[in-house]
Amino acid sequence: MTKRPISRRAVLQGSAAAAAATVFAAPARAQLPAPAPLDDVLIAAAKKEGKVSFYTAMDLDFAQRLGKAFEAKYGISTKVERSGAERVFQRIGQEHTAKIYAVDVANTADAAHVIIWKRNGWLAPYLPEEVAQHYDKAYYDADALAITTRILVSPIAYNTDLVKKEDAPKSFKDLLDPKWAGKMVKGHPAYSGTIMNATHQIARDIGWDYFEKLAKQKVMQVQSATDTPKKIQLGERAVMVDGAGYLVIRYKEEGSPVEVVYPEEGTPLATGPSVVFKSAPNPNAARLFQNWMHGREAQQFLVDWARQYSPHGQTKEKPSVRALRDIKLMKEDPAAVEKEAEAIKKRYAQIFKV
Amino acid sequence: MTIALPAESAVRRRTFKIDFSLPVLIAFAAVLCVLIVLPMSWLAYYSVVDKAGQFTLENFATLVTEPEFRGPMLTTLILATSASIFCALAAAPMGWLVARTDLPFAKAVRALVTASFVTPPFLGAIAWELLAAPNSGLLNKLYRHLTGAEMGDHIFNIYSMTGLIFVVSCYTFPYIFVLIANALDRIPGDLEDASSMLGGRTWTTARRITIPLALPALLAGMLIAFLQAMTLFGSPAILALPAGFHTMTTKIWSLFQFPPKPELAAAASLPLLVLTVMLLRTQQMILGRKGYSVVGGKTGDPRLIRLGIWKWPAVAFVFAVLMLPVFLPYFALINAALSPIATTLVTPENATLKNVWFTFGLSSTKIALQNTFILGALTATLGTLMALVIGYISVRRAVVGHQALGFLATAPIAIPGIVLGVGLFLTYTQPPFVLYGTLWILLLAYLTIELPAAYQQLSSAYKAVGNDLEDASRILGATRLQALRHITAPLLRTSVIATWCFIFVATVRELSAAIILFTSDTRSCRS
Repeated sequence: MTKRPISRRAVLQGSAAAAAATVFAAPARAQLPAPAPLDDVLIAAAKKEGKVSFYTAMDLDFAQRLGKAFEAKYGISTKVERSGAERVFQRIGQEHTAKIYAVDVANTADAAHVIIWKRNGWLAPYLPEEVAQHYDKAYYDADALAITTRILVSPIAYNTDLVKKEDAPKSFKDLLDPKWAGKMVKGHPAYSGTIMNATHQIARDIGWDYFEKLAKQKVMQVQSATDTPKKIQLGERAVMVDGAGYLVIRYKEEGSPVEVVYPEEGTPLATGPSVVFKSAPNPNAARLFQNWMHGREAQQFLVDWARQYSPHGQTKEKPSVRALRDIKLMKEDPAAVEKEAEAIKKRYAQIFKV
Repeated sequence: MTIALPAESAVRRRTFKIDFSLPVLIAFAAVLCVLIVLPMSWLAYYSVVDKAGQFTLENFATLVTEPEFRGPMLTTLILATSASIFCALAAAPMGWLVARTDLPFAKAVRALVTASFVTPPFLGAIAWELLAAPNSGLLNKLYRHLTGAEMGDHIFNIYSMTGLIFVVSCYTFPYIFVLIANALDRIPGDLEDASSMLGGRTWTTARRITIPLALPALLAGMLIAFLQAMTLFGSPAILALPAGFHTMTTKIWSLFQFPPKPELAAAASLPLLVLTVMLLRTQQMILGRKGYSVVGGKTGDPRLIRLGIWKWPAVAFVFAVLMLPVFLPYFALINAALSPIATTLVTPENATLKNVWFTFGLSSTKIALQNTFILGALTATLGTLMALVIGYISVRRAVVGHQALGFLATAPIAIPGIVLGVGLFLTYTQPPFVLYGTLWILLLAYLTIELPAAYQQLSSAYKAVGNDLEDASRILGATRLQALRHITAPLLRTSVIATWCFIFVATVRELSAAIILFTSDTRSCRS
């Protein structure tokens, strides 16, 4: 970038807040329940239940560690069921339809799921005190039915052994250069919630004709947003078009030759909200878990270990990584994704032939 | 020549000896119906309704008119046909060499084929990704290292149709090998001796006696290989998307992504079922026209052909074939397990046990392993038992409607796992069978999935045993069950043990796939 906007930082901050604001587009914040403290009454009631079941789309390693940390702190046995976001969604749907209530708390990577759960009336309102104090209102639902637990970005990234820093792409448009033909890897929106959101945002902001041009570049398709960072880490492809930014950061910190690029057009964004179910078999343990998971300790663990972004105002990012507020973000629109998912998948399959 | 005893003539004996066969047979038929007809009915129901539950043929229309379905169908046909041909080309000579010649290391070869058989197809695909991905694959790195070729040059590309056919063949050829080797093991030496006594040379004997007797096994094996390749999910799940196409199984799977379309998935899996039925009819025609009873009574051991100077070329051929499904992939996997980055060669400096600890340190892995073994043993025991009875009913035509039983027992082979899964879910989450969230639903799933193979194996064993001995025992006054216990069962012992092991192994490898694909997204770099 040669011409910088005068107050770039201010612009970026504005865009980050605006981006997040659409996540829980609020009609009126009338029915917000009173913020609930994490106190001895809750802990005692939760301990009496003795167990909690957590369905999540977080990566297995982190989800297990989170469960263990909760177990160690409160002595409540934590059952972690980890699967892809769409499968978690599907499973909960099937269970509820069959009147099997096994899930206490769920965390998804696709905010559209919350819209559907909410519409079905399956969610219990719960607002932890710390969320009310330290979370931007954009990061929890107007009726306190869902709280953003983690924020994922889907940047561009490249293998530094295969691409020199000065040759690296700086924007999505750069990827249309013929020199990248046959060298890129990309996730698939029919398999990954993160990529579905990214596809929707790129198509809306840059246009579908961008994908039509990109498809001529012989792009390698993989399923998951976690597969693209692996392909560039291995050197199988030089550049990833989209995928889990936190994995690239994690690989880089482990010493792999990878580097993140936040594209000039804006970086696609996907939030991962958590919910407590009305039908939770362990209602108190569920609330304690939801409360603790969004507290500062667990959120800092999310930042430090999972390398994902936290909505908690007091968490600290490592200096080597660009903080969320300094990244120009695209706007997430779960309501639109929920409506258009079918059409997006169809059009994408026509363009990329898979 | 057989003399079947009409049931009526045993009436006199019924006064003091009750024949339990009919009730037993009916009970098993009922179990089979619950196991297979229920989920299949849901499948059929879903294929002809729309989202609102109204009757429609729209799903099938979509299937035929949309290019997004026509492509995968064609791909799947090409894949299955080529894989079964390649498998036959590699497995038939190997089976013959191992069973009928004095090939050195024949036992080791059988063991190694088993090793490729127990390898989950998705794991094989991951291993071949590590070996033959165009840029990061070890073999391509080696090629560039040896020739000094540019980055981007490669000799193998696993992300292609050829690559997928190759990997699928690697893990399907044991089906043909095992069937052929077993058939050749069973061919009595007498027939070949007779041929050579009458002046037939080695090759004449092979051409006129051995090959015709083994042909049904080859055709049956190719059929199984075709069906396996057609319904295989593990390998295409890893390779098809990067290669830029869908097979029917990955397409059906993608229909279950959000928002799921079970109606289309049901409609898409019905053509697979129809094709299977047609192929099975063909197989029955081939096998049914001629009698292949080769175990009638006492027979001599098969004679081994001396390979002479061809001995070592034959060994080289066999081990070259085994490189592909066994040696190279396992090398790549072990390397990946110990290396910080999967496609970097391990050296003493960079070796790490981090990946190993990651996998075995998780408590969920331990529980999963335990459950896997319990389920495997249960499924194998129940499955063998059911296959024994159903095989008997349909081969001996013991009750009216036995064809339906044989068909039902074979049908699950064409139901992709995920479609069967949804069928099972719909069936077993509502009364009268609420099994959701227990190990039992997995038991049912794997019992259903493994039944066809078990049934195929045991019914061909029944066919090989022949009716004569059993009929003789019944003429002498035994009931059907007594004949089974004293005549057929001892003769079938080896096949029963083989079938039990077969189901156990197949269940364990399928489960491992389920566990890894469904609980972890860390597969390729953590191995």
